[in-house]
Amino acid sequence: MSTVRVLIVDDHRLFRSGVRAELGDSVEVIGEAEDVESAVKAIAELQPDVVLLDVHMPGGGGQEVLRRVLGAGSQVRFLALSVSDAAEDVIGVIRGGARGYVTKTISGRELTDAIRRVADGDAVFSPRLAGFVLDAFASSEAPPIDPELDSLTQREREVLRLIARGYAYKEIAKELFISVKTVETHVSSVLRKLQLSNRHELSRWATARRLV
Amino acid sequence: MADRKTIRDAAPVASEEHAFPRLMRPVEGRLVAGVAQGAAAQLGLDPVVLRLAFVLLTVLGGIGVVAYAALWMFTPLEPYEGREPSRDWSQIAAYGAIGLALMALAWLTGASTGGVGAWPIAAGGIGSLILWQQADPDRRRRWMSTTVGQVRQNRARTLAGLALVVVGAIGFLAVTDELDNAQPGIVFTLVVVGGVAFIAAPWLAALWKELQRERRERIRQEERAEFAAHVHDSVLHTLTLIQRNAHDSREVMRLARSQERELRNWLYQPKQDADVSVAAAVRRVAAEEEDAHGVPIEVVCVGDCPLTPELSAMMQAARQAMVNAAKYSGSSVISVYAEAEPDEVVVFVRDRGVGFDMKDVPEDRMGIRQSIIGRMERHGGSARVRTEPGEGTEVMLTMKLEKA
Repeated sequence: MSTVRVLIVDDHRLFRSGVRAELGDSVEVIGEAEDVESAVKAIAELQPDVVLLDVHMPGGGGQEVLRRVLGAGSQVRFLALSVSDAAEDVIGVIRGGARGYVTKTISGRELTDAIRRVADGDAVFSPRLAGFVLDAFASSEAPPIDPELDSLTQREREVLRLIARGYAYKEIAKELFISVKTVETHVSSVLRKLQLSNRHELSRWATARRLV
Repeated sequence: MADRKTIRDAAPVASEEHAFPRLMRPVEGRLVAGVAQGAAAQLGLDPVVLRLAFVLLTVLGGIGVVAYAALWMFTPLEPYEGREPSRDWSQIAAYGAIGLALMALAWLTGASTGGVGAWPIAAGGIGSLILWQQADPDRRRRWMSTTVGQVRQNRARTLAGLALVVVGAIGFLAVTDELDNAQPGIVFTLVVVGGVAFIAAPWLAALWKELQRERRERIRQEERAEFAAHVHDSVLHTLTLIQRNAHDSREVMRLARSQERELRNWLYQPKQDADVSVAAAVRRVAAEEEDAHGVPIEVVCVGDCPLTPELSAMMQAARQAMVNAAKYSGSSVISVYAEAEPDEVVVFVRDRGVGFDMKDVPEDRMGIRQSIIGRMERHGGSARVRTEPGEGTEVMLTMKLEKA
């Protein structure tokens, strides 16, 4: 397996060096950036496989980086890594195009796994993100506009529930008698729905949670 | 609402029990019989305005005295306990003096003959009193610089005051047959005032903007002050504790964790009452056990519903499951997942610790058999425990909800 090339984008220097140390030799950290401008520039120059992206940064935050890089047609993959677990941040950055969301309390080994997964084109859901998605897709009473995109299948729901319960992909596969690859397919499909569904309830739900 | 507030500010004696306070004569602060003060509280004006109005109306044909006497008779006295406070004689003297001065003025101008001629003066006088009262001392300063700001508040009363003044002025001119003569003057005045307003408009607008900016800035500063107070009370305090307990890594971990949770709740979680909703109750139970045992408990909640007695029992079972996981599993983190569906609530408590063999659990071990399984069954729910040595443990609690 070739080493994954990673760029760390975070405005806290201490945190960047911490992540670098935790990742060790498992992946190749090819650079760091500390704000939106330098991140966009570094991504264009270095073409990393995976960008570890902080959500809150000066100059528009992670969502601005996503908008500018993905908007320019880049195929770089993003994994959001943040201390925030506010619904609007999580849903916002996923809808912005990140392929996963993990919180900064994640262990080094789990982070390495998550980076590999994102590099392979799969999605990474933390238990909390899974909970948010279940909540957001369940909260609607209005009939879905596009049934394919606007609702989850029974299987996808089961997978998300197990993620929320703290199961790893391998354990989910065992539990549901399916392969890890199938679990990954389900999660990626949920990610796609999350990103493409034009249900405005998703965003509204996320903001409403903050306002109550 | 704004008006009600003003009423209270202007006259704390106004009775607050009624949605529409009845006109009453207060004892405290009255000068003669409390009529002016009571009426002022009702109208949301300063008593001074009404007192001067009564004086003015008395001078002009004696209507003031009649009105005052009538109100005195028909208005009940506000209940008051204790010794009656003495009246402020210096104020009474002042109003008397004003009355005499006005009477002299009226005699000189010939308006005291009463009748139609007196009304414009009365209307104008009362109107201007209302206008001036609207601008209380510290507002008055701003009023001088930005008329706009003041007009917005209490618009109705300001308009009433303005109308009275205008009616009074025109009425005075009409009564004294000077209206025709005054017309060129009025036109001239309007043109001048209009011109000045035109010139001053940008300046006034800028001033208005500046005022808004200052207001926003003040709100921001208040928010910042609140934030600082919170950080000081919680975060700084915890940091001090952590420094003091630096040698005890477990305690440091516990402190940091509990502070993190508290701060997160403050920042991101909707305010919820833990006695009312399932999600809030799960979060609270998890937080308490996390604090008690120093093992991080990750909580994910989906949906929410009101807490019934059955669900409270379920929370106790869930608490026991968390305690077991924290005490015996050796797992570094515990996952709790709670989902409220329309017909049932499920709670999962999972650890990745040593696990155990259900067969090896002695019959008398209260934790699992009684506190978790027994409790759930007694309340009409069910509990399943899935565990194997080395595989961790998961406790699954289900409680059906009665259809409403």
